Amino acid sequence: MEKFGFAESPKYDVYVSRLMPREEYFTSGHRSCQGCGEALAVRWVTKAIGKDAIIAHATGCMEIVSSGLPQTAWMHPWIHVAFENTAAVASGVEEGLKILARKGKLSGPPPKVVAMGGDGGTTDIGLQALSGAMERGHDFTYVCWDNEAYMNTGIQRSSSTPFGAMTTTSPPGKQSFGQSTWKKDMVAIAVAHNIPYVATASPSYVFDLYFKIKKAIETPGPAYVHILCVCPTGWRSATDLSVRLGRLAVETGVFPLFEVENGKYHLTVQPPKVRPIRDYLKPQGRFRHLRDPEVDYIQKRIVERYKDLLAKCGASVPEFPFLPEEAPAEEGA
Amino acid sequence: MSAKPARAKRVGMEVSIAVSHAVQLARAEAIAAYPITPQTHIVEHLASMVANGELEASYVNVESEHSAMSACIGMSASGARTYTATSSQGLALMNEILFIASAMRFPIVMTVANRALSGPLSIWNDHSDIMAARDIGWIQVFVENGQESFDHSIMAFKIAENPQVLLPTIVNLDGFILSHVVEALEMLDQGAVDKFLPAYSPRHRLDPRNPVTMGAFAMPEIYTEVKMKHQVTLTNSYEHIVKVWEEWGKLTGRAYKPVEQFMTKGAKILLLTMGCLSEVAQIAVEEMRAAGLPVGLLKLRMWRPFPFEDLRKAVGDAELLIVCDRALSLGGPGGPVMSEVRSAFYPLAQRPNILGYIVGLGGRDVAPQAYKDIVAKAKAEMEQGPSQEFSLYGVRG
Repeated sequence: MEKFGFAESPKYDVYVSRLMPREEYFTSGHRSCQGCGEALAVRWVTKAIGKDAIIAHATGCMEIVSSGLPQTAWMHPWIHVAFENTAAVASGVEEGLKILARKGKLSGPPPKVVAMGGDGGTTDIGLQALSGAMERGHDFTYVCWDNEAYMNTGIQRSSSTPFGAMTTTSPPGKQSFGQSTWKKDMVAIAVAHNIPYVATASPSYVFDLYFKIKKAIETPGPAYVHILCVCPTGWRSATDLSVRLGRLAVETGVFPLFEVENGKYHLTVQPPKVRPIRDYLKPQGRFRHLRDPEVDYIQKRIVERYKDLLAKCGASVPEFPFLPEEAPAEEGA
Repeated sequence: MSAKPARAKRVGMEVSIAVSHAVQLARAEAIAAYPITPQTHIVEHLASMVANGELEASYVNVESEHSAMSACIGMSASGARTYTATSSQGLALMNEILFIASAMRFPIVMTVANRALSGPLSIWNDHSDIMAARDIGWIQVFVENGQESFDHSIMAFKIAENPQVLLPTIVNLDGFILSHVVEALEMLDQGAVDKFLPAYSPRHRLDPRNPVTMGAFAMPEIYTEVKMKHQVTLTNSYEHIVKVWEEWGKLTGRAYKPVEQFMTKGAKILLLTMGCLSEVAQIAVEEMRAAGLPVGLLKLRMWRPFPFEDLRKAVGDAELLIVCDRALSLGGPGGPVMSEVRSAFYPLAQRPNILGYIVGLGGRDVAPQAYKDIVAKAKAEMEQGPSQEFSLYGVRG
């Protein structure tokens, strides 16, 4: 991080606009919803990538809002093929550039290759292509926009939807409390591929996100960055709360910000005080139906997982004064 | 310049290996492939050429055919000359991406070693794989022997990359019965191929100095127009394909036509075949002719774009046209080729009777006797009036 001046950056918070690139690579005029965390993330990721890059994008919200023929919001060379194959397309682009460079058909070094997809395109239908691309060791960066459901098709659950969340295909009812499975740990899956760089990021922490993307891009070999993107439409949250909700996800330990460099874990943002999960769940309509037992269950599990992560990172474990009393396990629904 | 064709010495070689040599001579730069029988020998050989430095290319071992075609699109979009090969289930798994590759106009060349589709699982030859991918918007040709496999594998690049065409191209060759046999064929030297097929210079590619958006989605206001453009381009690719085949004819002495004719002069009955069925059908036709039957043979080489005019001309005033399909359109009119041929003739005031026979499914051998039986049966049918839409030749029970 020091390499990019990140360590000093808090000192220069007031000069942010001067430190960050002014170029906009994701232009205004796209059709994302009001308060879209994903659009915010795309803007900063494309800035961090810089000009000399090629983007392969999966089908999904971001593709749909940004690329209606004959218009485009992308200043980068950009290719969309299908939903589940963006990592394979990126593999092809990277290999194509490599051989053209070797044959002297490119002037200058090959551009960086970045693949992007939503949580459905990454953790569900695109997992095989992504696993293949990471295993083969292509020099590319994969960015997952995780808004925790299939928002583009109308808020259906994905394997990245959190426990208890209401979606149109995991509705709460007499026999259901919403999503009944825990969020798939895509970051751990990426780490298990033994790739050199894996990180989580959030557009609510712009510096952290910006420098992680820079690092991912500059790391030779595959890099994976998982970005939590608040979706007011799908999360049933107020559009002016998007940045705040992104911060609450980090402050409650739901979505810790860390990186894994060559297998070594490092917590990049440590909230001064961990907040109770209720602070994060309450502003979101998708959790409105949850009762105390479910919330307590989520709270316990989040803390356990957070402690595991802190141990991996070698970080100090804070107090969790809000943890529910140990009680005999109750029925979830 | 000498008018004499650039003859090379004849060599004995497995057809799959001949195809891989053709791809090498075409200087393919990027290959993404996944193993599936009976296509494997082609890509195995290419992998070893890359490993030995005999072919300067990037070879990617993808984790599925779906990713093979996706990676090929990425390779072609980066500006590299791109090749892959597949069969059967592999082609079926690619299906979604095949349509996108042609709509995005990437001149990828693919060999399909035709094999039956599962189930039941069968690794043996028929055309059900490619017939299920009939409407993918690619140029598609069929070859019948090793020499044609070699020739068309080189010509396919020249056709696909023509700026007036820019469409991916499939060369269909029958799995096992063609892909795995050793045949004598003439190779070309690198100099001759380089002269025939210059380096690929893409019209558009992913380049930060000239950024473009590829694969934007289309609203109803524009989708139909994009499709029409694709249709017109594919139809018009006909003249460019024929031109390349003529040029090849001048270079090698081997000229190819969209519909090849064999002993059709004075024929009242015509058989129509595709792929290496034609080789055996030729034997049968010769024998029937010798026995005094007015039988001829048409070989349909160009499948997409469909050569309507060539076919109508080749059929001429024959009275009976027997279409031998190597695939079954379940619950439909029989064979997919037969139904297309029928619609090609429907608008004509004077047209032959057209009967469909389905042969050689899932590797079932088709011997010369089969064609004799079919002709005899078809003649009898015509005398009584056709009793059914199509016949499945040699089926038991």
